[in-house]
Amino acid sequence: MAKGIRDKVAIIGMGCSRFGERWDAGPDDLMLEAFQECLHDAGIDKSDIQAGWMGVFFDEQSVGKSALPLSMALRLPNIPVTRVENLCATGTEALRGAVYAVAAGACDIAIAMGVEKLKDTGFGGLPERTKGTFEDLWLPQNTAPGGFAQLGAAYAARTRTDMADLKRAMAHISVKSHANGALNPKAHLRNPITEQQVLDARMVAYPLGLFDCAGVSDGAACAIVTTPEIARSLGKTNPVTVKALQLAPSNGVELAHGSWDGSYTLTTRIAARRAYEEAGIKDPRAELSLIEVHDCFSVTELVVMEDLGLSPEGGAVRDVMDGFFDRDGKIPCQIDGGLKCFGHPIGATGLRMVYEIYLQLQGRAGERQLPDPRLGLTHNLGGLPNRNITSVAIIGRLGD
Amino acid sequence: MRAKWPVRSERSIQVTHAPIGITSFGAYIPRLRLSRKAMAAALDWLDPNLAAQGKGERAVANWDEDSLTMAVEAARDLLAARALSPDRLVFASTTLPFQDRSNAGLIIDALGLAETTRPADATGSLRAGTSALLSALEQTGTTLLTAADRRLARPGSVQDFTYGHGAAAVTVGSGPGVIAEFLGGHSIFRDLVDHYRAEGESADYVLEERWARDEGYLKIVPAAVKGALSKAGIGADQVDHFILPGTMAKIQTTLAAKLGLRPDSVVDPLAATVGDTGAAHALLMLADLLGRTPPGRVILLVGYGQGADAILLRTTKALADFIPATGVAGWLSRRKAENSYLKHMSFSGMVDIHFGMRAEHDKRTAHTVAYRKRDMINGLTGGRCTACGCVQFPRTRACVNPACAAIDTQEPARLADEAASVKTFTEDWLGFTPCPPLAYGNVQFANGANVMMEFTDIQAGQLSVGLPVRLVFRLKDDDEKRGFRRYFWKATPQGGA
Repeated sequence: MAKGIRDKVAIIGMGCSRFGERWDAGPDDLMLEAFQECLHDAGIDKSDIQAGWMGVFFDEQSVGKSALPLSMALRLPNIPVTRVENLCATGTEALRGAVYAVAAGACDIAIAMGVEKLKDTGFGGLPERTKGTFEDLWLPQNTAPGGFAQLGAAYAARTRTDMADLKRAMAHISVKSHANGALNPKAHLRNPITEQQVLDARMVAYPLGLFDCAGVSDGAACAIVTTPEIARSLGKTNPVTVKALQLAPSNGVELAHGSWDGSYTLTTRIAARRAYEEAGIKDPRAELSLIEVHDCFSVTELVVMEDLGLSPEGGAVRDVMDGFFDRDGKIPCQIDGGLKCFGHPIGATGLRMVYEIYLQLQGRAGERQLPDPRLGLTHNLGGLPNRNITSVAIIGRLGD
Repeated sequence: MRAKWPVRSERSIQVTHAPIGITSFGAYIPRLRLSRKAMAAALDWLDPNLAAQGKGERAVANWDEDSLTMAVEAARDLLAARALSPDRLVFASTTLPFQDRSNAGLIIDALGLAETTRPADATGSLRAGTSALLSALEQTGTTLLTAADRRLARPGSVQDFTYGHGAAAVTVGSGPGVIAEFLGGHSIFRDLVDHYRAEGESADYVLEERWARDEGYLKIVPAAVKGALSKAGIGADQVDHFILPGTMAKIQTTLAAKLGLRPDSVVDPLAATVGDTGAAHALLMLADLLGRTPPGRVILLVGYGQGADAILLRTTKALADFIPATGVAGWLSRRKAENSYLKHMSFSGMVDIHFGMRAEHDKRTAHTVAYRKRDMINGLTGGRCTACGCVQFPRTRACVNPACAAIDTQEPARLADEAASVKTFTEDWLGFTPCPPLAYGNVQFANGANVMMEFTDIQAGQLSVGLPVRLVFRLKDDDEKRGFRRYFWKATPQGGA
């Protein structure tokens, strides 16, 4: 019986490029920017890396197929590299590849890189894409905000929440993330905003206004992973380790079976349950120090608080309004600004979240450092509420 | 819905054979009604005299409607009331979406009819509808005839005021189900080119109305009508209802007088509310009339265009047993006032609106896939698992019910006519649609299925969780690069305007 990934793999180095509208940089530049920081942090030589995983979502917009862009950009010494793609869980999926390879003993040191270059399309928002030859014949050509916006009315209907109250809670989420992002020098959006600004913004996809939507950003983030033993031998006395790494994709139930009511994300519930079990967490609301959730849209952040088992059913609006997830709340959420303000270069996002937890656990988060965090959770939700992939990672220290 | 007219005694026409005639009827009028006053106001710089055209309103198709989708709706209007398996389906239109691909065949699929139903497209003239009806009446077996037109006209032309978009359908057969018995018909062909539309042209080229009236209508229609009356052995004074499409001033009353028809026999051409729906219009007027006339009435139905068809019908007692699902009166009341001439021009492709780069997304169709999945796409046919009963879309080899997951147990289950309601929705101002916002969401079917689909014919703020919807066959998108348009089903608020 498999025992899971808990404490089998240590993260010894991480790097993250500045996120934003990087008119100055291509995907290769962004990867190198993250890699330089990561390699320096790990304190190893490039030639010590034995395998690589690269995550990119819109390959057609920037790098093309395969993991060659990783090998080429970093001038890796012909080590095996693999490209992975799993919607917005892509960055975490790259990490999963590297972590599993080390845990399996197939290699000692591996790198996971996530990158996305979105701002070469010539228009705002995410690029248009095909869903598949059959799906394009019947599914609406929806946008990302339109996909997630549907959670709003369905959640309000299920929990009998007044839409005005829901909108205010959503606004609180965005105001909080902007305040956090303002303290992060690598964040895409660093401007504090007010609740009124959020509520007055133009509608993008009902009920989501402009400030309910994450930034569309360029960026890259990477991690170097190894065994706890090698980490110690490199001088990392109490290394950051992976406590859980779970992935749950839809199997069609939400899309085609009437049992789903449209107000929650089924895969997040499944992935979270598995991750808590893998990490040995009994009460996540009491045990987690900080979280980075997939706030592609404010309503997503709100809804997944219940799916992650952090807020009681129907209790997310109250928790949000009570400041439970604010910087000075019980579980600070998106302390780095989140997708909303750090930005959302899709392939990099999962690794960017882990990067923040990694810094916070080591007390290296600068102006936004939280007091004594012990256990962090990252969450990605790719796709649409009715057809998606959730990844959940839990990161801590080996000694904890 | 039907007006209760005083029943007069049966006329003297005796029928001894098994009657052949119309066995059901339906109609469709798109919900947008463009104000002609607003049109005239938008054009007063061009020609102040167009103010004379600024009366009433005309029906205009939504961007996702064409003659084919409207023909489907008209056929569903009658099919909803009667299970039918016609021998053939005829689609009459001068605005067929495809020149080489069976348009009627696609309607067969959309209606969920058997593939042994023989499709035929009837086109080439404004009397394609009446000519197809006459042919059906002269054949054995049953015919479902559906006619529709979405004629375009150049902005500023009189035709843009007088045309309307709409559809009508009838079934033709024999036996006790006949509601309007065929008494006789006569056709005349004369190549009088008062208007035409050549291949590749989007709008008609129209000649002087006075010539069209004096040399056309006033000479050709009488010749056809006299032939029909003579064949049926009916006097002009015995005609109760005279149906003649046409938007020229007083053309119906002038011809009625010339033919010796009773003045009260002239049927309202729906000019003030719908406009002239081209090849569909004679049948649309017939559907309107049949919805409010009693048994025993003699109808003279005329189609005009490079000649004329005259058809004589008499309503029977069976008429009282048939009511279309919505009918002309119902469609007329399902109405949304539209005042934007610019929007109409954009829908017509007469002005090239800037929709942004998202509109450039390639809409190439994998036809191999479309063929494999054709009943799902054309007929919204999902699957019902014979092991657990779960209804699902799309139909797949493996059942989606997590408690079942049986393989190869699904039989086709058509969802297009099932009760459904809104589960989730959004109005998306970012995604491309020719009529923003792009509205879509998950639709919950009463039978348990869930389909994410577009919403159409909605008003801002109208959607809500639990709102009952019906499914309609519409244009999904248009691959302009390859000249192919795709159709799929959308949800629209039930009965709502």
